[in-house]
Amino acid sequence: MSGEAKSAISKEVLWGGGRSPFSVSYGKMMMWYFLVSDALTFGGLLIAYAFWRASSVDPWPIGEQAFRALPGLEGEYPLAYVALMTFILIVSSVTMVLAVEAGHRNDRSGVLKWMGLTVIGGIFFLSSQAWEWSHFIHGGGGCFNLAKEVTISTPDGDALTLSAGERVYMDHHFGHLMEMHLQDPLTVPLSEDGGHVVLTELGDHPHEAHLHSLRINKYIEDETELEGDAMMALWNARSENFSFGAPIPGLGADWGGINHSEYATQQGYSNFFFFITGFHGFHVFSGVIINLVVFLMVLNRVMERRKHYEMVEKVGLYWHFVDLVWVFVFTFFYLI
Amino acid sequence: MERDDLIVNDSYALNAHHSEEEGVAIRKKIYLVTVILSVITAIEVGMGVMFKRSETYTWAAIKWTFIILTLLKAGYIVMSFMHLGDERKNLRNAVIIPYFVFILYLIFIAITEGLAHYGMDLMFH
Repeated sequence: MSGEAKSAISKEVLWGGGRSPFSVSYGKMMMWYFLVSDALTFGGLLIAYAFWRASSVDPWPIGEQAFRALPGLEGEYPLAYVALMTFILIVSSVTMVLAVEAGHRNDRSGVLKWMGLTVIGGIFFLSSQAWEWSHFIHGGGGCFNLAKEVTISTPDGDALTLSAGERVYMDHHFGHLMEMHLQDPLTVPLSEDGGHVVLTELGDHPHEAHLHSLRINKYIEDETELEGDAMMALWNARSENFSFGAPIPGLGADWGGINHSEYATQQGYSNFFFFITGFHGFHVFSGVIINLVVFLMVLNRVMERRKHYEMVEKVGLYWHFVDLVWVFVFTFFYLI
Repeated sequence: MERDDLIVNDSYALNAHHSEEEGVAIRKKIYLVTVILSVITAIEVGMGVMFKRSETYTWAAIKWTFIILTLLKAGYIVMSFMHLGDERKNLRNAVIIPYFVFILYLIFIAITEGLAHYGMDLMFH
């Protein structure tokens, strides 16, 4: 960038009054001060999360395993979707900075093009987050305890004996489970369908869930996935402690009397997760709205009458800040 | 109050204009930073998928790598995309220094107090 910020001005002139010693307009300086205060808010929230985590003696959920679904696909893809969201936000930051650059050349059509793409990127990110939240709240799994001892063979060919009380985690796919109001889970009719367990309940809340696999989960780092006969053996040995909820990252895992899973004991993770990503999502939402407003201003040739596109630069600062916050949220919730 | 976005004389905003040729160089820099940010994100995701959390020194090193990569990304966003690196040094310092003074203190006190319970069982049993 060229301009006054780069030109050599003596200290006497710079601080002598009658001009901004920062060589920026009032609006831009105030945007920076607002962003500093907003960054302190996010910093405070993330540090509160760090405090909670440091002071916790219970096991902590594994961030990179927290979200492992992809739309329309079965199976597990840890981090993939969150990585996609991160990439979308970075790209929308790039289109924003290109809009600012176009503004500096008074290129109205360029500003419109890049700002339009930025708005689309923002909407894409918000939708992704809505989908992720919905997935978390409705659950990507559930769990039950074994009522009796079971011997099964693992995919590696090992024979494994599980004692009564051992916990087994279920994976079902989002969308198949329509309702979670299982009042009396053991009355659920059970049928086997091509190696998958299909749970159906008729009644007030008809729903169906396909169990794709079960996992023995003594330690969440060391998990074994089971399908077919072994899965059926475990399923048939389940105790009444049955949870159809979401042990990840903590919502609803208390159902069915199971309240000592890793995710259930850590309400802190989900509390901070939903608060901070929600607060960030609200920033993205307001950023999209403000971008849209400035887009319409450019469309109405307001900036041409002003003879400069600084408004684009100011909303650009806010938009980049939203991206900046996400970079930290991504690291501290999903990576570490 | 007079609206500063309408002032034509002595307007700093107007002075931020650049020519088409300068624009080409600036865009080149933007694309370079895009590639850097994407590569860092890809490394982070790859490490996140590869390594599992444990109580080892390796994990501590990985954790610090994550933090350093994040700060690197943040630096590129703030200095390049937000043009803070192109602003006058006094503005840059007015934004960055107070922030880090507060945040480093907060991190220090939160982690220190958060970990304070370790060893308490030995102290009071």
